[in-house]
Amino acid sequence: MRAEFDIGLNEAFRGMGAIGTGFGIVGYGVYIPRWRIKIEDIARVWGHDADSYRKGLGVEEKAVPSMDEDTTTIAVEAARNALKRAREAKPGDVGAIYVGSESHPYAVKPTAATVAEAIGLTPNITAADMEFACKAATAGIQACLGLVKGGYMKYGISIGADTAQSAPGDVLEYTAAAGGAAYVIGGGDGVIAEIEGTCSYTQDVPDFWRRDGTRYPSHAGRFTGEPAYFEHVINCSKELFGKLGTDPKDYDYAVFHQPNAKFPLRAAKLLGFEEKKVLPSMVVNRIGNTYSGSSLLGLAAVLDVAKEGERILMTSYGSGAGSDSFSMRVTDGIEGKRRLSPPVRYYMERREYIDYSMYARYERLLKVV
Amino acid sequence: MIDVTNGQFKRREVAIISVGATEFGELWDKGLKDLAWEAGVKAVEAAGIGGRDIEYIVFGNMSGGLFVGQEHVAALVADFLGLNSTPATRVEAACASGGAAFLQAYMAVASGMYDIVVAGGVEKMTDVGAGQAASILSGAMDYEWEAYFGATFPAVYALMARRYMHEYGLKADTLAKVAVKNHYHGSLNPLAHFRNRITEDEALSSPIVADPLRRYDCCPVSDGAACAILAPLEIARKYTDAPIVIRAVAQASDTLSLLGRGDLCTLRATVKAAGRAFDEAKLSRKDIDVVEVHDCFTIAELLALEDLGFCKKGEAEKLYGDGQTYVGGELPVNTDGGLKAGGHAVGATGIKQIVEVTKQLRGEAKNGRQVDGAEVGLAHNVGGTGATAVVAILSRR
Amino acid sequence: MSSSGIPQHWRTIRERYRLLGARCEKCNTNYFPPRKVCPKCRRRGKTAQVEFSGKGKVFSYTVINASSKAFERYMPYIVGLVELDEGPRVLSQIVDCKPDEVRIGMEVEACFRKIFEQEDGGIISYGFKFRPSDGSWAKDYDGDLKTIDAEREKA
Repeated sequence: MRAEFDIGLNEAFRGMGAIGTGFGIVGYGVYIPRWRIKIEDIARVWGHDADSYRKGLGVEEKAVPSMDEDTTTIAVEAARNALKRAREAKPGDVGAIYVGSESHPYAVKPTAATVAEAIGLTPNITAADMEFACKAATAGIQACLGLVKGGYMKYGISIGADTAQSAPGDVLEYTAAAGGAAYVIGGGDGVIAEIEGTCSYTQDVPDFWRRDGTRYPSHAGRFTGEPAYFEHVINCSKELFGKLGTDPKDYDYAVFHQPNAKFPLRAAKLLGFEEKKVLPSMVVNRIGNTYSGSSLLGLAAVLDVAKEGERILMTSYGSGAGSDSFSMRVTDGIEGKRRLSPPVRYYMERREYIDYSMYARYERLLKVV
Repeated sequence: MIDVTNGQFKRREVAIISVGATEFGELWDKGLKDLAWEAGVKAVEAAGIGGRDIEYIVFGNMSGGLFVGQEHVAALVADFLGLNSTPATRVEAACASGGAAFLQAYMAVASGMYDIVVAGGVEKMTDVGAGQAASILSGAMDYEWEAYFGATFPAVYALMARRYMHEYGLKADTLAKVAVKNHYHGSLNPLAHFRNRITEDEALSSPIVADPLRRYDCCPVSDGAACAILAPLEIARKYTDAPIVIRAVAQASDTLSLLGRGDLCTLRATVKAAGRAFDEAKLSRKDIDVVEVHDCFTIAELLALEDLGFCKKGEAEKLYGDGQTYVGGELPVNTDGGLKAGGHAVGATGIKQIVEVTKQLRGEAKNGRQVDGAEVGLAHNVGGTGATAVVAILSRR
Repeated sequence: MSSSGIPQHWRTIRERYRLLGARCEKCNTNYFPPRKVCPKCRRRGKTAQVEFSGKGKVFSYTVINASSKAFERYMPYIVGLVELDEGPRVLSQIVDCKPDEVRIGMEVEACFRKIFEQEDGGIISYGFKFRPSDGSWAKDYDGDLKTIDAEREKA
């Protein structure tokens, strides 16, 4: 039933049912800023029909960062929450940190170094910022997995966080949101979700991009659907099923990147997942698309409720384009660790509404003339 | 010059032989040098001395460098006064620079090292914009751990005010009463920055600067200079018929920032300096006829009266119900308008206070500002939120 | 806050990011910012680094309506003196809170935020601020686990 994986498998990894011999998620943590803006308030300013956007995107409102929040501050909060759950990971044992984002505060100066300093992991740590649109942090998880499984270090941490930017009046404005999630990867008794396997699917597809120096991204409209999102999400997931010898009925949960509420549900359908397996991960309708945080927040929402033995598929998607798929098995370790940090639900319910004028101030739209 | 008795060094008694001060305000056509010169000349002419007689100059100035790009301020003052071989030193203790300069000048004469010493202070603050001035003033706080995090100078006093309200139940209208009184006194002082009277309502409805402090709770940014000339008491009568004796000058320190203060409502440096000053002067609080306190914010005046020992902690409010702190009352406070209305040219303020107390003790305060029969006066100058405090007690004989 | 102050920003990064202070091993007094000399014990004391938990209470506060230039864009904001559980008081901003909601004695916890951004492409300074403590999420784990979609069905 189990097959060889692309990234190399050693004997220990084959230990299905043998608790603690696998590698995977040792801790996870999230952070979502408290402000929200409703799509009605955006639509009113631009003279759009709010209802049609609501129906088309399946999104009610999105999370907006405070003026003193950015990708780095969100990453730090998420990482601190993750380290609370990964309580056995002592500072000296975490050997790698990757921060994936499309809104790193500096074009040159690593977010990862600031985050590492803030969570007390410096100086003996490898660090880098990653960029692959919304899937940068899942690539970071793969990197950590490799370093940890290769025996180079006990733990690595990958964080996906964004304060997504969108051109005012563009359709993306309804969903570009702020939030993040962090994952501590390692092995041993602390693993709460063993990563049974991972694979990726990458091609050069110009569906969504931002040239250096321009403020807002551009996108190719409906082209971002089938040849971009679905091509990669579907094929990557199928690739993983093939390598592991699994199929949708072997999974209790499916988590996909959430640029809106429609795409992940459609991906589920195309792959043959029942809708009820995807719904627990759906956060986009209330917080919007947190870009590099999106699939990882969805995964966290699932980990908040998953039971021992349940299996999770997560497939991320990053424009440009590519997907990373993971097959995970929840261990009995999750019960004890879950309660060490706030659940996704807490951050989703902790909200305060602002109107477009405050939104414009927070997003610094008024400076651009 | 040095009086040696039994092999022990004995301090000389020191007197103020003359004073001079400029108007305080937004003085566009006067630069730093002009201000220092004006105050200096007034004092020198009043003493009837010549430039040759001045042996040492001590000048308080908080930040000539950041306000007008000029350091080496004392040398500049000496030069511009035509006294360019006289030794001159600048003293900096933020808003207590003037008071600290006064102590240094006093020590120079008391020790016997010099006879005629000029104690002055000058600040030129309006050449920069308000925002810049606020930024420069925040250097009086702890830059790294207070200003850095967004605290402004009004904010740190507001933290004290808020705590005081919490611990002692202070009402906002008491703060307004302080502002109203100081504006009243300022209206009687031709040198004051503000000469308009205000009402409690105006004070209570002025815009909030740092809650609970409003605009009328905060002193202005002013240009100004002041000067006092000191001499040993034994020769003072050569220069003036009304030498004012310096009974004591004491200075004390406390933590730079509010972080390390135990009690946010007490300026320990004031308490210490006042204790030492009253001990040295061998006087009690009841002996004081007129007081100049450091009211950079209205709350500071209340704290000052308590920390100086004029009333118990938490009870300063009681002194504002019945005009007790007005000229004519039991304990007139800030008869020149204080800092609030008189103005606060940072480095000069400590000396300006000495000038006012001297005038009061000589019966020279005009326009209805004179405290009848004032014999003993006290001046209280504070730096920052109380990291430095200087208390001086002066008397008619 | 000019660009020329880079080393000055850098020197206090660890204290600002992680609330690192000092503790005198002789009298067990905690200090923030860290001190090389314990004012109580002076030469007899010995200070060691300590990382504070970030939990504390509001000792005093004010709402700033007139800030210096570097903080103009954040106005109005709340500045508070927070007494940490370990003893020292720190001056910091209080966030995630409306001005009329702050109370002396309010429980707060440290969070990581931008302190200011220098103009013209200068650096961003990060550090601690405090938000009201909210342990209400712990109850989410009591009783039956409900998934988010169950909440959606309710809504």
